[in-house]
Amino acid sequence: MSEKSVVVIGAGIAGIQASLDLGDMGIKVILVEKETCIGGRMAQLDKTFPTLDCSICILAPKLSECYRHPNITLYTLAEVQKVEGSAGNFSVEVLKHPRYVKEGVCTNCGDCGTICPVRGCTNFFDADLMTQSASQIAFPAAVPPVYRINPDKCLYLNYGICGLCYQQCGADAIDFTQKEEVIPIDNVGAVIVATGVDLAENIHTLNAYGYQKYDNVVTAMEFERLICASGPQHGHLKTLTDGRTPKKIAFLQCIDSRNNRTQDYCSAVCCMYTTKEAIVAYEHDNELESYVFYIDMRAGGKGFQKFLQRGEQEYNIKYIKSKISHVEVDENQSPIITYEDMDTSEIKQMKFDLVVLATCIIPSLSNEKVSKILGVQLDKNRFIKTDPFFPVESSVEGIYTCGCAREPMDIPRSVAEASGAAARAAELVRGG
Amino acid sequence: MSEEEKKEEEEPRIGVFICHCGSNIGGYIDCKEVAERAKSLPHVVFTQDNLYTCSETGLAQIKKGIRDHKLNRVVVASCTPRTHEPLFRSCIEEEGLNPYLFNFVNIRDQNTWVHQKVPDKAFIKANEVVKMGVAKAERLEALDKIIVDVTPTALVIGGGVAGMTAALNLSNQGFETHLVEKDNQLGGRLNGLYKLYPKDIDASELLDALKKKIESRSNLTVYTSAQVKTIEGFVGNYEIEVDQDGNIIPLKIGGIIVAVGTSLFTPEGYYGYDGEKRITQSQLEVKLKNNDVKANDVVMIQCVGARIEERKYCSNVCCMTALKNALAIKQKNPDANITILFRDLYTPGSYYEDYYRRAREAGIVFVTYNPEKVPKVEGETIKVYNEYIGEELSIPYDLVVLSVPLVANAENKALAQMLKVPLEENGFFLEAHVKLRPMDFATDGVYICGSAKWPVDITESITQGYAAASRASTILSHNTLEVEGATSSLPEYNKALCTGCEVCITVCPYKAISKNEDDEIVITQVLCKGCGVCGATCTNHAIVIRHFTDEQIEAEIEAFGGK
Repeated sequence: MSEKSVVVIGAGIAGIQASLDLGDMGIKVILVEKETCIGGRMAQLDKTFPTLDCSICILAPKLSECYRHPNITLYTLAEVQKVEGSAGNFSVEVLKHPRYVKEGVCTNCGDCGTICPVRGCTNFFDADLMTQSASQIAFPAAVPPVYRINPDKCLYLNYGICGLCYQQCGADAIDFTQKEEVIPIDNVGAVIVATGVDLAENIHTLNAYGYQKYDNVVTAMEFERLICASGPQHGHLKTLTDGRTPKKIAFLQCIDSRNNRTQDYCSAVCCMYTTKEAIVAYEHDNELESYVFYIDMRAGGKGFQKFLQRGEQEYNIKYIKSKISHVEVDENQSPIITYEDMDTSEIKQMKFDLVVLATCIIPSLSNEKVSKILGVQLDKNRFIKTDPFFPVESSVEGIYTCGCAREPMDIPRSVAEASGAAARAAELVRGG
Repeated sequence: MSEEEKKEEEEPRIGVFICHCGSNIGGYIDCKEVAERAKSLPHVVFTQDNLYTCSETGLAQIKKGIRDHKLNRVVVASCTPRTHEPLFRSCIEEEGLNPYLFNFVNIRDQNTWVHQKVPDKAFIKANEVVKMGVAKAERLEALDKIIVDVTPTALVIGGGVAGMTAALNLSNQGFETHLVEKDNQLGGRLNGLYKLYPKDIDASELLDALKKKIESRSNLTVYTSAQVKTIEGFVGNYEIEVDQDGNIIPLKIGGIIVAVGTSLFTPEGYYGYDGEKRITQSQLEVKLKNNDVKANDVVMIQCVGARIEERKYCSNVCCMTALKNALAIKQKNPDANITILFRDLYTPGSYYEDYYRRAREAGIVFVTYNPEKVPKVEGETIKVYNEYIGEELSIPYDLVVLSVPLVANAENKALAQMLKVPLEENGFFLEAHVKLRPMDFATDGVYICGSAKWPVDITESITQGYAAASRASTILSHNTLEVEGATSSLPEYNKALCTGCEVCITVCPYKAISKNEDDEIVITQVLCKGCGVCGATCTNHAIVIRHFTDEQIEAEIEAFGGK
């Protein structure tokens, strides 16, 4: 009997860690990622709390390790479309979408992107704040370091005209003949679901907070990209209306979470990442004042309370226990917040240059599809259903889960759970 | 190979790569110019600046540089060797160079980060340290990594839920496993608990199931009333002595998991704590277990001895514990009046927020208090100032329950010393990297899980138990492993210089140096981490620190300041 492998779905930090652990144990892994590159949400972040490590700097070695690992086979732009069999012996079908650029041939020089005449293609990685041509790469350090031609926008693929990238590419990497490919994988011992998260703005309009109505109201993920060195403003924070440097920022917590009308749960990470974002913004501009409007300050992790204290004492952050009523703007597009101060029970207003919404983490929008294909149950919030005392087990034996696929959580916990899921999968593969 | 070719091979051909690290470096100094200036340094034949040298693209550029320019030394000036040296070493190794022919120059952590406000000077410093790095690179020598055997056996210290979970998993993976518990029974904190949130099952249900599984495993040995007495050796090859009721049991171990759990803070002097009418949550759980709660008016106070100046942290589990016990009282006595006085209610995630909602629906009253105006116990009532109402409330009680934090075990220090691993400021074990290596220690072969690292609940203890097992398995799954080659040595040609003064033995933090039967100094290469303390203290310069030789360091100094 040939060696049993493990299929990992989703290559965010959880999927990557699970794959690396299994690979390092000597177990073969097939890692399937639906996007063009691996790294997931963590790759989008500027810094991480509470150590303020640069996110991509600590993640990049893991991305490379994963890409180069002899026991890990990576499929990007791919999804699991069929799973049959049972624990210890699944058969899996992976559907790989065409990239139209040959992996292993593309040198990531960017000539195709420059010559492409198409404009306005959004890039999920920059929270759609920047647009690219139809030959895209998520970010310069993306893994795999290979461009991808956007099949919805490419003139050649849609109208049979242009083909400039094909002529331009010195490496001869452009391949318009690529087709969808079905890859059958037999003898799969276990499957790990690490589909991660989407964000409330992906499903809600956030009207009450003026999002998409006012340009100076942004989501936390957009803000993350705005303060990030590799982001659309190269880390020099400016308002999206008139390019001013904001001097006073409001951070609104629990947007669409802990709320009966939307998501009723707590996103678990916003109190901390908000403090981090305010600290990073202050590092860019020491005149900045930040106000955090919160319900309960949730900071139970290692070093978290100290981090908050540092924010208050050294980075000009003020925390206000409050409930937000609504957001409007004055004639200069400066947002005005109306809120109830829970310490005094008064209704107050305050004007800011920029408002940042800590929007709720929601389960990956792909969870429903994954649930159908794998037969795993979802909980009432559409996360992968688990039991508190069997935290990495899904409802199907031999299918494990970890990280935000099953509940909102921070990076260290996702990494720990990923290792946990890997341990369970290893038991099964090794016949324990 | 002709003489000319040979000479060409021996002649250092150095490539220098300057990383922008996004704007972490590039935002402060002109990396292109640093790369340009490096071109004129001795033996440098190629330089380049990259947005992220560590990216796949950057690594490909290094490899291309090695190929196109026949580089035999590589210098990268970027973030920090702490996280990135292994990556660059393996990169040049893949291109056929010895990994030790790589030199790391730190121009981020020790330059642009700390000198952000004086970028002009940071630029000068960057050029200087690159110059120094190149001078060292010229003198780098190829080194061999050391291969050691691995004993595929695990030791788990601590038989609470985290330790039991880790041990079971390793056993199921097929590794012989030893589980050492200081108490006379397995279970740790589970033994004292009544129900487990958020499903409100009996703690004994989980504990019994775990115990049963452990008993069924023939390759898993449990030692109760036992403690680890000595730990000698290194990753893959530990020699352990376990003391069980005075009997010494020797074990040969490949990897160690620390799962020693926590202690409870005793709230002496807080809110009239007396252990009877004013008790802790864990004392309440014992009462609940024995069906011994007669109180009708119960007031619970959160953050007692936590989130204060002398103990700044939030203990993570107390809010949920209070909700659980409040619900348990309500279940036994639906008419009970229960008030929870809190600062911030900590119920993160999807399951716990639901539990909070359940508690509110059950009629439990929640009142916030301000840490500057803490509640007061006055006779039969609790006085608490509620800012929301703007008044002081008087709440009658016949039982006060204090939520106290989990605190680090006093014994952690001794164990940490034995394992040569660090503790953080509160006495909990300190992992290798808070973000990305949550279960590892910096010392290879030793792992951490559960509340010994930081207070966590049962669910997280279980995941962490599995996680630590996974990390240990990455070592135990192999017959041999490679360890660091840049270590200290007492080379044959220097032996005459050694006076046998033993200072190196005293200063070595890894206990890697000893004397043999012939009274000669011996350095155990696998134990050595290459920290260099021995070499720095050796009065006769007999010890050579590979990769940091006197010659290499002097070359760096000369490159900076001249002879």
